[in-house]
Amino acid sequence: MKDKKFISYLFEVAWILPSVAIPVSMLVAILITAFAVGVRVPTTAGRVSVSAVAAGADATFSQTGLREIAPGRYEAIITAQTFMFTPNKIEVPAGSKVTFILTSKDVIHGFKIEGAPINVMVIPGQVSRVTATFDKPGEYLVVCHEYCGAGHHVMYGTVVVY
Amino acid sequence: MASIAARARPVAISTDLSVERKLAGINIFIAFAALAVGGLMGVLQILRYNGLDLYTPSKPLLPGGYYQGLTIHGVLNVLVFTTFYIIGFLTYIFTKSLNRPLASSRLAWATLWVMVTGLVLAAIPLLTNNATVMFTFYPPLKADALFYIGLTLVVAGTWLLLVNMIMTRNAWLADNPGQRTPLPAFMAIVTMLMWTISTIGVASEMLFLVIPWSLGLVGGTDPVLARTLFWFTGHPIVYFWLLPAYISWYTLVPEQAGGKLFSDPMARVSFILFLILSLPIGMHHQVTDPGISEMWKLVHAIFTFGVFFPSLLTFFNVVASLEYAGRRNGGEGWLAWIFNLPWGKPEISTQIVAMMLFAFGGISGLVNASYNVNLVVHNTSWISGHFHLTVGTAVALSFMGITYWLVPHLTGRKLWSRGLAVAQPWLWFVGMGLFSHFMHELGLRGMPRRTDIGGAPYVQDEWRFFLFFAMIGGLIMFVSAIFYYLNMIMTLTRGEKLAEAPDFTFAKAISGPEDAPKILDRLLVWVAIAAIILIINYVPTILDILRTATFDVPGRRVW
Repeated sequence: MKDKKFISYLFEVAWILPSVAIPVSMLVAILITAFAVGVRVPTTAGRVSVSAVAAGADATFSQTGLREIAPGRYEAIITAQTFMFTPNKIEVPAGSKVTFILTSKDVIHGFKIEGAPINVMVIPGQVSRVTATFDKPGEYLVVCHEYCGAGHHVMYGTVVVY
Repeated sequence: MASIAARARPVAISTDLSVERKLAGINIFIAFAALAVGGLMGVLQILRYNGLDLYTPSKPLLPGGYYQGLTIHGVLNVLVFTTFYIIGFLTYIFTKSLNRPLASSRLAWATLWVMVTGLVLAAIPLLTNNATVMFTFYPPLKADALFYIGLTLVVAGTWLLLVNMIMTRNAWLADNPGQRTPLPAFMAIVTMLMWTISTIGVASEMLFLVIPWSLGLVGGTDPVLARTLFWFTGHPIVYFWLLPAYISWYTLVPEQAGGKLFSDPMARVSFILFLILSLPIGMHHQVTDPGISEMWKLVHAIFTFGVFFPSLLTFFNVVASLEYAGRRNGGEGWLAWIFNLPWGKPEISTQIVAMMLFAFGGISGLVNASYNVNLVVHNTSWISGHFHLTVGTAVALSFMGITYWLVPHLTGRKLWSRGLAVAQPWLWFVGMGLFSHFMHELGLRGMPRRTDIGGAPYVQDEWRFFLFFAMIGGLIMFVSAIFYYLNMIMTLTRGEKLAEAPDFTFAKAISGPEDAPKILDRLLVWVAIAAIILIINYVPTILDILRTATFDVPGRRVW
């Protein structure tokens, strides 16, 4: 009887140890990709007045579009509204590092670039700021991935890397 | 009579559970009625994804088309079905395990009426296309105020059950000094405690932000604050759905399979860990949100990994209990005992099938919570694939499996068709397996969730192949649901009346509560610890948002 209890105890330990080890090792992998490789997630990037953005009176977001801020470094200022991105097409040469700076004029939208590590919510009153390097030429699909109303499914754009 | 009984000690405590039985029946009936409507919306969605548009012919009933249907699908399936079922099931399991009725039957009826009133109020705008805002109702999307008021009442109703449970347990403890709370009652009250604490988030969102704003009392709101408060409740809610299924897996399935629960102490530990760790993790739903610092997103990811641990404890304990049952039924070998489980009993096989698919759902959930890995999957159909395995299978299929014994028990009618009931979970297994697999695949290829893909101009060619198989899976699930509903309707109307309704007992444990530290039953201690961790994990972010909030974002009706 005592042996039987001991054996079931061993089984419990044999299960519990990997139950701790598996999530811990996954966590270590995440920390390495985040802080050694540099795959980071969106963070606080300041607020804007939604009425100013909608009226075109905001200093940053009244000048939407792409601009080169240094050789190979770009900034794309984009606004989202039902049901479009402005601009909805961006063209950059291969190897460019692009920082996307976004906000919404009305409801919450999403901004995901398929094939690039860009996935961010676009929220009225908030600035979203995300950066990626585009090495491979091609057409990258951009979709609004947050329900934003009756025309949500027609809201998309493209990033062309040439 | 009553006063004489009250004076004479020890009194014969009432064991009459007729009120609880009625409440369980009514709540579960409402739950499955909601699931029928909500589930049907799912069929329309998957057909539309493949170019078969049933929204145009349903225009008079469903003026808002795909997005209204999707909102109904979400609200009815994950808010109404789950909540009503859980309140009914826990009411009965809790009182049955203590063998005494709830302390106040009036409060128990009030629980039902508050929830039903809320459901009716919320259903009006929902069904008239005045609340097409998804079940997450992110402001500045602005629905009719009735929608928010109704949902708030449903939540407030659930609090009354917790109050009643606490009163009942206190009375039970007074009558049974020094005794351990029976495991099913312990688990039921821990579930309701965790849930009630978590609702602080959505209740604050409703009462302070959304309701005044939807009534026009204030002009604007703060979307990030609203999202943060929503997910404060929105992740713990998945454990509110899951834990009642765990209660069945721990305290009923081992007995029904012909065995015993492996370890009562381990079960208590896992529920205490759920109480503490389910709460401070909501921000892993906001990994891609601006306005929330990266550091707290990482902390919440770490805590989410923590809550994986009690689920693994549950997995071990439940499978060990099943193995014990299999061996008792004559099973041998490392795994061959699996064939000696009573697969012909639908209440067992349904729940084992639910467990099997849940294993995959748990793994994809870890991916979702994995901080930067979330960038790949956030708001894609991967997420829909994930939660159709968790709430859509582990929870919904277990809840169906429970009704295969609970409905005969409550009504005294024999299950109409055992054959249909045995086939039903396997059809679900195949259908959901296909559907969720291809939804995961589509998500990895960039297909957004909550999007009318049938009308989207950017559908990629490679998606079409996967969408077709997702539809096949969805249709097989639909057949499974027809099997279930047909069986239940026939049982309720034509089922053979049994001379005596079949009774049930809870599983005994190989290692019983006497092996569990007494401190595990001191719930106030654990609530205090949970509260401290919750405050540490949320107060800095909420203060940070409040510091810069301007509450000037106007509401929009964009559908």
